[in-house]
Amino acid sequence: MAGLTKTKPTPPRWLLAELTYACPLQCPYCSNPLDYTKYQNELDTDDWKRVLTQARKMGAVQLGFSGGEPLTRQDLPELVKHARELGYYSNLITSGYGLTEEKIIALKEAGLDHIQVSIQASSQELNDHIAGTASFNHKKEVAHLVKKHGYPMVLCVVIHRENIHQMPEILAMAEELGADYLELANTQYYGWAHTNRDQLLPTKAQFEKAEIIAQAFKEQVAGKMKIYYVVPDFYEDRPKACMNGWGTTFLTIAPDGVALPCHSARELPGLDCPSVKDYSVEEIWNESKAFNFFRGTEWMKEPCRSCDEKDKDFGGCHCQAYLLTGDMHNTDPVCSKSPHHGVIQEAIDSAAASTLAENEKPLVFRNSKNSKLLS
Amino acid sequence: MSINPELPIQFSRTHRLQWEEAQQKNVILYPEGMVELNQSSAEILKLCDGTRTLAQIVSDLEAAFSTSGLTNDITAFLEVALQNGWINQN
Repeated sequence: MAGLTKTKPTPPRWLLAELTYACPLQCPYCSNPLDYTKYQNELDTDDWKRVLTQARKMGAVQLGFSGGEPLTRQDLPELVKHARELGYYSNLITSGYGLTEEKIIALKEAGLDHIQVSIQASSQELNDHIAGTASFNHKKEVAHLVKKHGYPMVLCVVIHRENIHQMPEILAMAEELGADYLELANTQYYGWAHTNRDQLLPTKAQFEKAEIIAQAFKEQVAGKMKIYYVVPDFYEDRPKACMNGWGTTFLTIAPDGVALPCHSARELPGLDCPSVKDYSVEEIWNESKAFNFFRGTEWMKEPCRSCDEKDKDFGGCHCQAYLLTGDMHNTDPVCSKSPHHGVIQEAIDSAAASTLAENEKPLVFRNSKNSKLLS
Repeated sequence: MSINPELPIQFSRTHRLQWEEAQQKNVILYPEGMVELNQSSAEILKLCDGTRTLAQIVSDLEAAFSTSGLTNDITAFLEVALQNGWINQN
């Protein structure tokens, strides 16, 4: 078993419960797997309760209810109530679609701590285009209701080439809606975003301009609004410390019960990710091949193996290494020390060429039809 | 932003202070984040209940731990807590 560590791993702190892959939106940068339509058998309520109980016992405390759109699960209030009784801090990560004031109140009573609402752009036209669903006005209404009922409100906007020019308007919208936190998430190129990268990746000049505007805003709203800025790693020269280190902190459970060390790990070959239908969370976390695969530094090849920064970034992201170099054991090619670093510039050049092409390829929206075509 | 000595201090309604058995420590929980607290920080925050002012928190802790001269340390910590939004004075 590669990378098996002898010491007992640190327990999970963060549990991401992907309740379903069903979603009324069609965002072309969705992090769900391209072939999500293959996984139809969702865990039932009792399965989820068991998973929450087992992970909490190990020490997980932050819990994200995600998806897909978690509101499509009718048992969400019941799961939230169970989570509250166990002492989790529960985050609902939602598009806001289908969220009514009645549900917001019911979830609060069940013990939900926080609601994160995603908005795709600062204008109705672009929001509804990217979401593939007329949803802009409803999302803004939901943001108001979330505040009204005393939740901390996090607004999440995924940033890419179609909306990066709206940065000033996006910031103004966050302020107008009274967001307590604003997550500006530069697109990470996995799943559907990888497929659509030529259409989504902004230029370096666009990034730099947007970042200066966001930075100035951050200082201006200090003490009132916190900004989480997810860096665009294609324009960095060192990789992100992905997942805070494989199997150290984060545990994702996919809708069908497969346990993943990160929510993209399903696309990595040969990990044999285990299911909570077959094993306890403790067995999965401590003993499974998948969770031990990239623990520690034994798995590393050069240049990571002899690098003095290997304990800082853990070699970066394995999904990115796999998608861009074909080998998940390679150094994340974002790193300028990687012999494959050139693929990043090729991706940037390819995206730039795509903007100039006479017939720009259309975005592939995330929906069942396209999922079946791509799997 | 600094502590107003006249007003009572209250722990934020949008954060949660909780004992974590697995970690054997108190933590502050907020959207997608967690801060681990040492024992003295946790003891200070537990007294931020919306009734006590800075001076009362200092005197209560000095009495509880039979010590004196805590004013500077407690003030410094509460200023940080205020800047981070863990406490407020309304």
